[in-house]
Amino acid sequence: MRRLLIDRTRCDGHGSCAELLPELLDLDEWGFPISLTGERDPAVPRSLAAHGERAVRACPLMALRIG
Amino acid sequence: MTAHLDTALWALGRGTGMVALVMFTLTLVLGIVSRSGRAALGVGRFGVAELHRTAALTGTGLITLHIGTLYFDPYAQLKLVDFVFPFLGSYRPFWLGLGTLAVDLLIVITVVSLLRERVGPRVFRAVHCATYALWPVALVHALGNGSDGGALWFRVLAGLCAAAVGIALSWRLSAGYVERGRVRIPRSVPR
Amino acid sequence: MTTTSIAPLTGTQRVLAVRTESWREHVDALGPAPRLSSDELIRLVDSAGLTGRGGAGFPTARKIAAVAASRRTPVVVGNAMEGEFLSHKDRTLLDQAPHLVLDGLDILGRALGSRRLILATGERIDSTRVRRAAAERPGRLVDVRDLGGGFIGGQESALVSQLNGRAAVPQDPHTPVYVRGIDGRPTLVANAETLAQLALLARFGPDWFRSQGTPDDPGTFLISVSGLTPPSVLEVPRGIRLREVLLQAGVPLERVGAVLLGGYHGTWLRPGTGDVRLCEEDLSPYGASTGAGILHVLSVDSCGLRVSAEIATYLAAQAAGQCGPCVNGMPRMADTLTRLAVPGSDPRLVAEVDRLRGLVIGRGACAHPDGTARFVASTMLVFARHVEAHLRGECHETSVD
Repeated sequence: MRRLLIDRTRCDGHGSCAELLPELLDLDEWGFPISLTGERDPAVPRSLAAHGERAVRACPLMALRIG
Repeated sequence: MTAHLDTALWALGRGTGMVALVMFTLTLVLGIVSRSGRAALGVGRFGVAELHRTAALTGTGLITLHIGTLYFDPYAQLKLVDFVFPFLGSYRPFWLGLGTLAVDLLIVITVVSLLRERVGPRVFRAVHCATYALWPVALVHALGNGSDGGALWFRVLAGLCAAAVGIALSWRLSAGYVERGRVRIPRSVPR
Repeated sequence: MTTTSIAPLTGTQRVLAVRTESWREHVDALGPAPRLSSDELIRLVDSAGLTGRGGAGFPTARKIAAVAASRRTPVVVGNAMEGEFLSHKDRTLLDQAPHLVLDGLDILGRALGSRRLILATGERIDSTRVRRAAAERPGRLVDVRDLGGGFIGGQESALVSQLNGRAAVPQDPHTPVYVRGIDGRPTLVANAETLAQLALLARFGPDWFRSQGTPDDPGTFLISVSGLTPPSVLEVPRGIRLREVLLQAGVPLERVGAVLLGGYHGTWLRPGTGDVRLCEEDLSPYGASTGAGILHVLSVDSCGLRVSAEIATYLAAQAAGQCGPCVNGMPRMADTLTRLAVPGSDPRLVAEVDRLRGLVIGRGACAHPDGTARFVASTMLVFARHVEAHLRGECHETSVD
């Protein structure tokens, strides 16, 4: 299963990813993504692959990768 | 027939240049909104980022058309060298040179932006800062080189663009720029 | 594989039994470090069951295998940063047996064909002796580097970042240092004690190594003991009973209120746990580990909540300042614990500590928030009755130490 890898050192809490992937991510009270799947790097199901790719592109800090 | 074609090329060259200016103004403003981490225009944060990208690519496409049509326009007398090296043109070399300079910057910024995953955020961000140089150079080129530069309606358009960028910039530099004023990352560490 | 004719060291004192200052003395006592191929080394370390002594306890053989599998020549780094405030073992080793640590680097470097061997020493360590030792050895020169970085300076990727000339901050774990480390090369980072253990293991073999410790957790380890006794570093077999370590260190058992095992990222244990053996199988039910070998004793007269709040505050301040959840969550967690440590505090703070703990776990590039959250969790568990007393406005603390 491919995972959404969040580089926490880059993330600045813009929140684009959580808008695109509400199934996998929520935002904490400071605006930083929380994995909703219980995994450190949430697995991206096939049905969300396109949204995942979009989230990777939308992150202004390039903190996301799918791998 | 040829005369009509020339006029058409000329008009197309002018038109694409002007719309590109509007597009780049939009790009810059949307870039600033996107960087703030705020949702806007009812499209969400990712929507702002995508609009920013779309506007940038549209503007770049228009500029390609702009220089392409003017290259084939006998009146503009553009040479291939003018696409790359500034200030060598025969017609208003200074104003044209600014256009060339803007195109050079645009090429670098576009290539680096498209390859941002490869070059990494540091290079991407440093090069992206050059957009703040690109925009005024392009504006001055439009005012000085364009055959409508003196027309009132064009000056109004240019003024509106400048006002939009000015407002966005002063917001960018203001204290409340970053969203919601929450404790966020104090960037003690360069990245 | 092991070619030394020197008689193996007997008893529980191994790395601390070696006290050789000059190279000549060292070779006379132990013989030269044996040459091993990377396959031989991986097999040797695997059969001995040596684990990293820097805190994570990762099997050393797997670490070596990871860099050996790379196409590029790896860099080997000895980690004597000792960012843990309560740890003194790296300093002790580099002082007493610098050549033993350098032997470990040598063995790894030769097996892996490395052209660069680095020993990184932290700000609390005087590297004069190990520098002198490195200079007098034949073979590849070990580059001894004095570095900073505080508590997290010894974190593997923060160390590599600092050695690469950048800030001493942890890097994104999705690109581990064994893939891209020093100058982009695969990098093996091994704790100073791991290197010293390896130097003896390579000489005396896996059976000798396993003659101390438990079958699942073999060998000896260094433990820095502090609190109620002058700070000391002991070498004890894995699986030794907690009580035995306290007695060896001269801790008056009747005065023990609780012990902190594993350092500031570690776990509090109650006084009734003296029978617990310091090995993985006995400690995991408590969620505890020996970490980098640290045992800190809290007096019965001290307030565990106050001490823990101070430690949590220190840890929050030691964050690298990169990851949002850590930057925002850790000071808030420490602050909440500090407020709870004041008798007569708001009962809602208990739930708030738990909530904040959940908010930082697994959400940093390194294990700093996770380690701190674990520490805070054990504080709330072990001092639960104390928390209740505080909510009633009472605290038994009579001495602050």
